[in-house]
This record gives sequence, C-alpha cells and structure tokens, in this order.
Amino acid sequence: MARALKGPSARRAAVSLRDPMAPRLFRVRRLRWETADVATFDLEPSGRPHPCGFAPGQFNMLYVFGVGEVPISISGDPGAPMQFVHTVHQVSVVTSALCRLSRGTTLGVRGPFGVGWPMAEAQGQDLVLVAGGIGLAPLRSVLCELVRHRERYGRIALLYGTRSPEDLLYRQELERWRGRVDLEVHVTVDRAAPEWRGHVGVVTTLVRRVAMDPAKTLAMVCGPEVMMRFALQELQKHGLPPGRIFLSMERNMHCGIGLCGHCQYGPIFVCRDGPVVRADRLAAWFGKREV
Amino acid sequence: MHTLETFLAQHPFFAGMAPHQLQWLAACASNVRFEAGTYLFHEGDAANHFYAIRQGQVALEIVAPGFEPITIETLEQGDILGWSWLVPPYTKQFDARAVDHVVALAFDAACFRAKCEQDPALGYELLKRFARLIGQRLQATRLQLLDVYGTRP
Repeated sequence: MARALKGPSARRAAVSLRDPMAPRLFRVRRLRWETADVATFDLEPSGRPHPCGFAPGQFNMLYVFGVGEVPISISGDPGAPMQFVHTVHQVSVVTSALCRLSRGTTLGVRGPFGVGWPMAEAQGQDLVLVAGGIGLAPLRSVLCELVRHRERYGRIALLYGTRSPEDLLYRQELERWRGRVDLEVHVTVDRAAPEWRGHVGVVTTLVRRVAMDPAKTLAMVCGPEVMMRFALQELQKHGLPPGRIFLSMERNMHCGIGLCGHCQYGPIFVCRDGPVVRADRLAAWFGKREV
Repeated sequence: MHTLETFLAQHPFFAGMAPHQLQWLAACASNVRFEAGTYLFHEGDAANHFYAIRQGQVALEIVAPGFEPITIETLEQGDILGWSWLVPPYTKQFDARAVDHVVALAFDAACFRAKCEQDPALGYELLKRFARLIGQRLQATRLQLLDVYGTRP
C-alpha cells in the first residue's frame, strides 16, 4: 500500500509550473459580493478548459493588467478543479481594481504557490479550525475537503470571528455547516445589535468551548497576524503544543518562489516555505516588532 | 441527587475548592430563571448578585442615548456573570439581557462578602479566581479594541 506523504512537500499541488513568472490568462466566470467590501471570484482558464489543481492553503498571484499583482489565497473546493476561487478584500489599489472586474474580464494568474494545510497529517485527528475575518477564505478549501471525506477525520470544530454580523463570509455555507451534526461551528462577532442571537466576543474566547484532547488534535489558524498570535496563546493554554498548530502567514509576497526575498519572515520565505507554517517554526519570531 | 455543592464542585470556576468552602458558598446561592428578553440587571443597579449560568445565553449590552443598544459580550453555560459585587461601590457596569431562556445560580453578594470577611482563606481563594476572570475579560476587551480582524488582502 502506498504510504501517504507527509510534511511540506506533500502539501504542494502537483502542478508543474514551467515558467512561474509568466501569468496565465483566466477569465472571471462569476463574481459575488460576500460583504460590502469582500467579493468572491470564480476564475476559469481563458481558452481551452483545463484542471486548476491546488492544495488547500496555497495561493495565486492575481494580476490586474495595468494595475498590479497581488497574492490571494485559493478558497475554492479542491473537488471542483476546473476553476480557481478567490475571495478578495478591497484594501489596496490592486484589490480594489480586482473587485471592479466584471464577468468575462481577463486577468493574469501565476501559481498556485506555497505550502498548504497539513491535510495528510490531519487524517485520523480531531481538528480545530480558527478563522478571523477574511482568514476564513483559505480555510474554506479545507472545510470543503473535510466535508467530502468526513469519515477520514475525528471531531471537527470551526471557530470563526468577525467584526460584526454584516462581515460574515460564505453565509449560506456557514448555515449548511452549522446544520451538520458532525461539524461543530461556533461563530462570534466583536459587537452586535440586539437582534443578533449568536456569540459576542473575540474569536479566542471560543477556544475554551471546544473539548480538546491535545494528543490527537491539530489546529489550523488563519487571520490577521495579531489574531493568530492570541489564538496561538489560547490554544497553548488549553494544552495544544505549537507542533500541533499550523498558521497561514501573510507577508509581502511578490515572486511566489522564494527568489526576491520580500516575504522573508525570520528563517523562512513565506511564499515558498509557507504560507502555512507549523507554529513551532515561528515561535521565536512571532510578535517581534522588527520582523 | 444533584445538590448545589455538587454543581459547584463540577463548575470550572469553583473546581478544586474544599468541600466545606463549597458548602459555605452553596448556602449563599439560589436557582433563578429568566425568560428570553428580560433583563437580569441594568447598568447602575446595586450589584447584589452574581451568577453562574447553567443554561441559555446572556448578552451584556451598553446603551448610549440616541443609539441602539450594542452587545459587547455574550456569556453562556459555564460562564460567571458579574464581578462588580466584589469592588466598591458595588454597582453594575452594563445591562444584562437574557437572549433565550436562562437558568442560573444567583449568589447573594452580601452573604458572599460576609463569608469572605469571616474566612480570609476562602476570601483569598475567591479573589484569585475572580482576578483571573477579570484578567480574561480585560484581555478580551483589549483584543476587541485592537480590531484583530483588520486587514488581510
């Protein structure tokens, strides 16, 4: 029987990038607004359809011609490989330009790049997914995969926090996931009007609501760095060692292949050695102002 | 039979306290229920009780004139609600609304303070536990102020 590969090499998509610096042409097949400033795009190859393989947690460089390029996590379902799905938050010139694209527009795509989530190590384990804000996007691919092969995993808990109920992503899917008896979904917001019947408080306060056996639990954390820092502390407080916690890091990625050095973070290049990194590799660097 | 002492012994906040201490504390406690939409207390009320929530959800709200109330935190089963009873002038800082049907243990604050004065070891033990709780709430509030979900493209 073939043994499943583990470790970062197994977490890269088996896609040959013959010329990683040359963008391939893709077309916007569908665009839907998740919130007032977050949109999800379905991108299909321009021309002859072909599979767009990726590993959950990897990212693409999206190029709006004449404006610029930006790294965006892939948030699609790995089981639907004929397209790339990206969820984009309008926070810069390029992301704003991306969000102005309409159906049928052509853009450039380089990737997928980087090391994804530890899906092989996750098999047979209990999983705690902690997402903050737009950080749910890279974990959506994981959830799609977990749901498709539910029998391969132990207990699964998603802890998701946003600023307000209006900022929740993937509302329909969230409802579907919440409706499943084999998924534990906790959603929290920082503040809410009285009509909100869910939890209020930062996402880290949800960690104690999950019964965890540290010896058989893996955590996957994604969100702004400050949120991940505190989530890491909280998970450790509940007995989970950093070696069982994976973080999706965000840095100034440009080349995507570890050449330009813009995304160096301590001992790693986030674009090549990440974006998903085991927390013990970064423990000494996390929270350092100079890094 | 489930006695109040049994409940307290199993509650994470009181876990590990000596049986005689739990017995003392149980003597200050009573079961209470609140229908959805009713208020357990309002800002400025005398902090005569604190609560251990057994069932349901409580929203802590802050109200500014001319604005809708804003929920700043929710507490659920296993949470302790209220620490103003511990610090003068013993007045509540927020409104607390039952989001759904809430079942809780209400602890009589005057009874608690009197027992703590009589038994400094019990008082210190409780103070340590409440200090931890206050620290956790303070940290959570700081994170809310940090707006930790900020920007990530």
